[in-house]
Amino acid sequence: MDALPSNETEVLADAGAIAARIPDGAFVALPPDYSLVAMEVVRALIRREARDLRLLGVPVLGFGADLLIGAGCVAEVETSAVTLGEAGLAPRFTEAAERGTLRVIDATCPMVHSGLQAAEKGVPFLPLRGVIGSDLTRYRADWKVVDNPFAADDALIAAKAIVPEVALFHARWADARGNVWIGRRRELATIAHASKACYVTVEALREGDMLEDELLAPGVLGSVYVSAVARAPRGAWPFGVAGEYGIDDAHILEYARQAKTREGFARYLDAFVLKRAAQPA
Amino acid sequence: MDYAREELLACTLARLVGDAAHVAVGAASPIPATACFLLRAQHGRPRISLLQRRHGNPFTEGSRELFDLAGQGRIDVFFLGGAQIDGEANINLVGTGEYPNVEHRFPGSFGSAFMYFTARRTILFREEHSARVLVPKVDFISAPGWSPPGLWRRGGPQALLTGMALFSWQADERRFRLESVHPGVTADDVRANTGFEYDAPGQMSSTPVPTAPELKLLRGPVAQEIAANYPEFARRTWGLAA
Repeated sequence: MDALPSNETEVLADAGAIAARIPDGAFVALPPDYSLVAMEVVRALIRREARDLRLLGVPVLGFGADLLIGAGCVAEVETSAVTLGEAGLAPRFTEAAERGTLRVIDATCPMVHSGLQAAEKGVPFLPLRGVIGSDLTRYRADWKVVDNPFAADDALIAAKAIVPEVALFHARWADARGNVWIGRRRELATIAHASKACYVTVEALREGDMLEDELLAPGVLGSVYVSAVARAPRGAWPFGVAGEYGIDDAHILEYARQAKTREGFARYLDAFVLKRAAQPA
Repeated sequence: MDYAREELLACTLARLVGDAAHVAVGAASPIPATACFLLRAQHGRPRISLLQRRHGNPFTEGSRELFDLAGQGRIDVFFLGGAQIDGEANINLVGTGEYPNVEHRFPGSFGSAFMYFTARRTILFREEHSARVLVPKVDFISAPGWSPPGLWRRGGPQALLTGMALFSWQADERRFRLESVHPGVTADDVRANTGFEYDAPGQMSSTPVPTAPELKLLRGPVAQEIAANYPEFARRTWGLAA
């Protein structure tokens, strides 16, 4: 049996210390761009030259994944899409997929959610409607058509449990007990519940225990699921943290423009990732 | 009255949505979102579940909640696009060529393989109308346009709107029917730029253009609402800063 994780949440120095805990080859679950990506850890992973990561998009990937792919950190993505939203195609993903240098396991959003929900319940699969007849199913040995045990002639698709090695995201606060406030982004709790380890960067560390505050408690991810936290102010940039700062749309558009070519992407990395710190105040 | 192409498309989508009670709008769909906010400005409905909404987002469990709503039958209308769409209403959001060795890679299937079955109606929408997009057979079926009898399926395609024309879906024939061409487009233009076979009436209709009251709403409260969630689209279409 695998060793159970420690029940104590560690407080690490910074995003770099979290990046150091994520080994090469790890299967890492990431939220979509609108849902608190730990961008400062993404940049730290690139600086530490992480390799062969397998990224799980819950349920899609975006800018953070495109940076990691372009920087050569990723061997495989399992995702329902990779997109920069209004800024268009994710250019480094698109090129890597077309050149065949990146393995892409195509999914559809609710199958990813169901696979994680199966894992958090400790059951081998969860069934879902739809999907049957999509070509996606031809390439997924972990999706199987099953019969409804309660009715005749009713086929469903089963999503095998997905157990990421690492859940990685950003949040507004962590407290002294290691509880993390994810607010309305409760889908992040499912990722944490399903994963073997969970690393979170936060805008700020708070005193006390957020679970004793009735208004904060419903938005709290309990520390039992949290392996380590680290403070990373503006750690979601260029994405926003509700109530703290907004999304930097102009920066993402500029990235989409520059990263169309490998040379432009290298210049972007140099300016905003490798030379550290290029966040506007 | 002058109108932008985006405004014509939004007004046409609004008519297709009709009296639906609950519409969900997925990622990167500013024109469908515009259509839904126009209907709300006109009639106070439908309820709009906008995944992209930056403030006051309807969900507290992210996109999973959208799929659970659809699974239960609580979503009346959804919108899907396609890098390729074929004459059987199959859509491809993955790539062209021999999967997995794709020639042109697209973002991916998103929730299409689920939503196309579970939403009560799906409106297919793709601005580009070309033989490259509207193909005889998609290279990869992200989501099938129809399902064999006996397989559970609550909903399916209602119509296909492009930058040139509006098609309705004939479920029994599994075939599109050309309903109208947009102003400045002929039935021959549509035939020349469509890679799949479809039915067409002898007498061709023109897609109704936006009315003055519709344009007033679009450029007023609707544009403000859209700018908050799709700033780049609002800037391009109405010259609005976010």
